Amino acid sequence: MLGYIMRRIGVSIMILFGSSFLVYNLAAYASDPLAELRLSSDDGARQQIIAVTRDLQLDIPPPLRYFLWLKGVLGLFVGNPEMGMTREGYSVESQLAYAIPVTLRLVFVATFTALLFGLALGIISALRQYSRFDYGMTFLAFLLYSLPIFWVAVLLKEFMAIQFNNFLSEPNIPFRWMVFFSLFTGVFWSSLFGGERNRFWSVFAGAFATNFVVLWAINLTDWYLNPGLGPILIALLSFGLAMAVTSISTGVDNKPARNAALTMAGLAVVCYFPAQFIFNNFGSYYVILLMIVLIVITGIATSKIFSKIDRGPIARTAIITGILSGFLVLVDRIMQSWADYSATDAVNGRPVPTYGQSKDQLVTDDFWLNNLDLIMHLILPTLALILISLAGWIRFTRGALLEVLNQDYVRTARAKGLNERTVITRHAFRNMMLPLSSLFVGEVIGLIGGAVITERVFGWQGMGTLGIKAINTFDLNLLMGVNLLLSTLVVIGNLLADLVYAALDPRIRLRKKS
Amino acid sequence: MKIFGKKEPLTGEILAGGESAIANKETEGLSQGQIVRRRFFRHRAAVIALVMISSIVVFVFTALDTKIGPIRIPGWWRWSVEDIPELRYEDCPGGTVGCPTLSIRPGAEFGLGTHPFGQDDIGRDYFALVMNGARRSLMIMFVIGAVSGFIGVVVGSISGFYGGAVDAVLMRLVDFLQTVPTIIIAAVIGKAAGKVGPLYLALFLGLLGWTGLARLVRAQFLSLREMEFVDAARVAGASNIRIAFKHILPNAVGQIIVIITLIMAGAILTETALSYLGFGVVAPDVSLGLLISQFESAFTTRPWLFWWPGFFIISIALCVNFIGDGLRDAFDPRQRRRITKKDRLQAKVQTKAGV
Repeated sequence: MLGYIMRRIGVSIMILFGSSFLVYNLAAYASDPLAELRLSSDDGARQQIIAVTRDLQLDIPPPLRYFLWLKGVLGLFVGNPEMGMTREGYSVESQLAYAIPVTLRLVFVATFTALLFGLALGIISALRQYSRFDYGMTFLAFLLYSLPIFWVAVLLKEFMAIQFNNFLSEPNIPFRWMVFFSLFTGVFWSSLFGGERNRFWSVFAGAFATNFVVLWAINLTDWYLNPGLGPILIALLSFGLAMAVTSISTGVDNKPARNAALTMAGLAVVCYFPAQFIFNNFGSYYVILLMIVLIVITGIATSKIFSKIDRGPIARTAIITGILSGFLVLVDRIMQSWADYSATDAVNGRPVPTYGQSKDQLVTDDFWLNNLDLIMHLILPTLALILISLAGWIRFTRGALLEVLNQDYVRTARAKGLNERTVITRHAFRNMMLPLSSLFVGEVIGLIGGAVITERVFGWQGMGTLGIKAINTFDLNLLMGVNLLLSTLVVIGNLLADLVYAALDPRIRLRKKS
Repeated sequence: MKIFGKKEPLTGEILAGGESAIANKETEGLSQGQIVRRRFFRHRAAVIALVMISSIVVFVFTALDTKIGPIRIPGWWRWSVEDIPELRYEDCPGGTVGCPTLSIRPGAEFGLGTHPFGQDDIGRDYFALVMNGARRSLMIMFVIGAVSGFIGVVVGSISGFYGGAVDAVLMRLVDFLQTVPTIIIAAVIGKAAGKVGPLYLALFLGLLGWTGLARLVRAQFLSLREMEFVDAARVAGASNIRIAFKHILPNAVGQIIVIITLIMAGAILTETALSYLGFGVVAPDVSLGLLISQFESAFTTRPWLFWWPGFFIISIALCVNFIGDGLRDAFDPRQRRRITKKDRLQAKVQTKAGV
């Protein structure tokens, strides 16, 4: 195993050298930093040409110049990396250090949200193969595949930011939109549940009515000007979540698990008011982390109270319920900052931003305001990226699960009398995750490409913006910095994917180099 | 039965009982080409997509004048990209200019008007611009598909067929190309190639897109070259080239075509994205991505400048994707038609009747 890892790392480093050599020479031959100066008839132009040639060492042919650059980069191993200067005179490292977290934040949030929704939709689509829902999802996936991300991003900017901000200045949902949304939700849920005609219509009616009432209530209370969940809604949602989590995790027949989950939900509601006090006075990431730890401990303790045997699944159910309910309380607290946030001078009643990764004018020590600001800036770019990568996840998940469901061991599991939930979650789901883990890296790489374009549309100062700037200004050092970083990410990702795959799947042996 | 019967062990037929009998009956006595064609035409969405993309191609390529060397084939649309007719001021909503004259709203009379898609800032007919852009994008898409497809198949088959050192070298090359983030290297190349012209841009982008296909073809060759029919061909005295291209390649052609359609669908998105970023087709040439980029800020006041190019990009990519899906189903030997209730009933009736 260790030998294999070392060999793979060696090969990866060779590939990195090779690819950076390739890009360096391509970029050096394809671009001419002196093009503008050559055209200029100014007297100073000659001087400038000489100066730029000296600064960028243009008299050395690119294949040799690459090794000068490489020498600087290899300084990394003696603790003194030297990636050269940008053409504006900043060091490339400082520029990268600023841009990396920005892009990673975007890619990270988008990847995990897309993964979550894609898995869920793909699984349901596969379980209801050839149903209306399945056909709908297939069409949706193809449609999303075919959407140019810059087009989607511009649409989001117009309708979700500019128009929504306009809407917030005079909030009123027109009646026909309420009907339209409710019809849509009705069709969605009823096709998701499937079944015979009676069931279809009853689910449709239920979803339609619920959605209509919710929209109507929202409209009546001007909820979007002063949003929040409040203890009553949190209680309802938490108990619903407890039942849902239990039914997926252990099945509702498992009494101790159900009781543990309900207890956790109850605790979350009880802790609502103390939590407000803590959040208002000591808002910080450490407090949130501490609460998560507390929830985990409480979950384990609850499982001990309710059962003497088989505590693992019960503790799992309790902890998941607890974290989800706690998340509701957190969301509620963030929502409470909404009105203050809208009222600040920097925001001025237009809370959905269209530009940048945070508002520089918003100067405040309030933990919640700052986080709400980050979230608001994150929403639209992330949504654009999610829409693009969702398609892949839906298709992959559906294909992988259908493949697994046709295997003999699933038939065996059914034959020995396990219920459908156990067959799906324990036998099918786990094996389905194997091929998906190797696709994960490819998807993230694709997302980085999408992030480059999204950053441009939404004016984020991340890696993509840096790369575009580098290409536009013929800034070879900067371009190589961005490229090296991204390709290192790709190489590490590929390595990790192979290792994870091998660790998860005992059938794969690592002796042979693949 | 003849071709696919080999892959299905007899036990499968016994186990699956009537269902596989229904499915196999359909392929009895047909050549592979016939089976594939039949299956493809059963995929309704793919057929609709095929019809749509053919009409889009014909529509787009006949709309404007086509120049092939000195010959000029006139198009059926009255404006060209060079014409600068007068900007329309009257009847436009909100004091904008150059709004579209197309009216398809129910109730109102249907009419194209002089500028069905509207006009741009200086009055050029937007329909002509979009047609020109769509033509560029389609051309780039086909060239990328052809170049990537050709290189991918050649590299993949050489790599998989010869194996050993040749394979190792070629696969490392693929690794190099896959490590570089596509958008970065495409932007570098596009920045240089875009100025030379869209054809060169397409050729260069084609040089980047073949890696996935090469891997797939290699994997196919690796498994196919161990088959008995290859040994048979070798014993009969066939040369390596003949074995690779006459015996092995036709067996892999299904998957290759599917991947090429995916490459093409990706290509149109890559090209438009690059043009949007300013690294692809550059003005004064027209491309769909470039149009969107130019009129992005006009979206609030003159949305039609934004909708039409997007509509064409999505329709083209969507059609190509659906055709690829149809082909995948058609070529997949494991894929069977879904056995519907009606089939089961019919089979039952037939069994009872003793057919």
